[in-house]
Amino acid sequence: MTSPSVRKKNRLSEAVQNIRPSGIRRFFDMASTMEDVISLGVGEPDFVTPWNVREASIDSMERGYTAYTANPGIIELREAIAGYLEQQFQTPYDPEKEMIVTVGASEAIDIAVRATVNPGEEVIVVEPGFVSYAPIVSLAGGKPVPLGTRKEYAFKLTKEELESVITPNTKAIMLSFPNNPTGAVMTKEDLAPLADVIEKHDLLVLSDEIYAELSYDHSHYSVAKLPGMKERTILISGFSKAYAMTGWRLGFVCAPPDITAAMLKIHQYTMMCASTPAQFGALEALKSGRDDVERMITSYKQRRNYIVKSFSEIGLSCHSPGGAFYAFPSIEDTGMTSDEFAEGLLKEEHVAVVPGNVFGEGGEGHIRCSYATSMESLETAVERMGRFLRKHAT
Amino acid sequence: METHELEILQLVEENGRLDVSTMAKMVDRREDEVQAVLNKLEKENVIVSYAAVVDWSKVEEREGVTAMIDVKVTPQRGVGFDEVAERIYRFPEVKALYLVSGAYDLSVVIDGNTMSDIAGFVSEKLSTLESVISTTTHFRLKTYKHDGVVFEDGEDDDKRIVVSP
Repeated sequence: MTSPSVRKKNRLSEAVQNIRPSGIRRFFDMASTMEDVISLGVGEPDFVTPWNVREASIDSMERGYTAYTANPGIIELREAIAGYLEQQFQTPYDPEKEMIVTVGASEAIDIAVRATVNPGEEVIVVEPGFVSYAPIVSLAGGKPVPLGTRKEYAFKLTKEELESVITPNTKAIMLSFPNNPTGAVMTKEDLAPLADVIEKHDLLVLSDEIYAELSYDHSHYSVAKLPGMKERTILISGFSKAYAMTGWRLGFVCAPPDITAAMLKIHQYTMMCASTPAQFGALEALKSGRDDVERMITSYKQRRNYIVKSFSEIGLSCHSPGGAFYAFPSIEDTGMTSDEFAEGLLKEEHVAVVPGNVFGEGGEGHIRCSYATSMESLETAVERMGRFLRKHAT
Repeated sequence: METHELEILQLVEENGRLDVSTMAKMVDRREDEVQAVLNKLEKENVIVSYAAVVDWSKVEEREGVTAMIDVKVTPQRGVGFDEVAERIYRFPEVKALYLVSGAYDLSVVIDGNTMSDIAGFVSEKLSTLESVISTTTHFRLKTYKHDGVVFEDGEDDDKRIVVSP
């Protein structure tokens, strides 16, 4: 209850009132109250962070590293990230002038948008896409412009589609490949035509590459690698997906020095620095070799193969996702909306998936199924989904 | 060995009960191809056997004891350690036997019903072998982890929230 002295009118900002709560929340609430739910709704790895990483973080605390770090993060970590980016993706960045360690890729998206977008400027947001992009753009006063990808083109973005939404007000485009929720990837050949359009219209690129390591058919190609793109690209990534470190909240953002300096101002006033124990854990993750990462990638790939084939056996049409850990099958043949399908599946068969519509334009008619769960759970989920589909066959 | 063969081997090592059909989907091969790989690996004794990891401490009916015994032996001309090793591993109570480097030569893991069973095995069967010089017996008090599997309950529980973006 509010006391009389507290103003009731206009308590909340217009900006926050204009954004909707995430549609995922409703399914979380429903699924949380049920027993024996098999969840394909989890957007994070099912691995626990490798022990050596946890141990290094514990050790840093035992040695007393509990104070703030430099605003952009400890230099050893930034140097290690620079080495990692160069070796793994051939995208070299200066650890001193072009990089900030952030509180998850989420903070990186936020400061990238706030450092570059003026009120009223448009940011093209590829959809289906991660739920945070459009709200973050709106909160910064920008105007998110959804650009839907289509399953006919494996949810890749085409040059023509991109051109069709560009206006004189367009400031930037938010790319997110490998994509959550579609699992779509963009190869060098897919990206190159976009780069021409981006240059022609002098746009910035905010490229969320958090799933880069989880690319199963080709190695990941960053848009920043294309000629002329690095100087207009803000590359966003982090440790959550590849190193199974979601709860640590540790990401990073790389950009040309002027944009990095601008983002650093926001970061230093709002965040000071990323959590110190998390930074020491991440340093160990990068120093300790790639065995754990490779092991996890192989396991995701096997489960991707399994779920795509199993879905086709039970009659769910599903393109093979090239990355991330999501399958995004079409449920249009059932005649149900994605909300109806997901709710029915949860209530009748106790399998949690996320309806495609929460990921924006083009997501309707699909469901997101995370295969980052045990094989045993996947097998049971497929069996239950098959029963659900037979029951509701039209 | 080819990549898919290695993958199959790693999958069955982790879970010997995985269906051939499931495995086939996981490694993106036909079922008959996966079956052929398994047959080949079984025939070549690369896959030696399929077994479960059992925590017998939870089974009241079975009050067994396990010991690790360090054994020093004199190697024999021509056969080295192999002959004495064979004489030891033939005993059914011997669960595992390794030739090791360091202060002793053979590491014997043995199961018995009681401590005196094991004491009897060491004094009557093991120590009496001609080439055995000395033995040191360690009784196992608790298993924390075996064959890569942690025995503590709750270790593998999914601690993630049920639906997340």
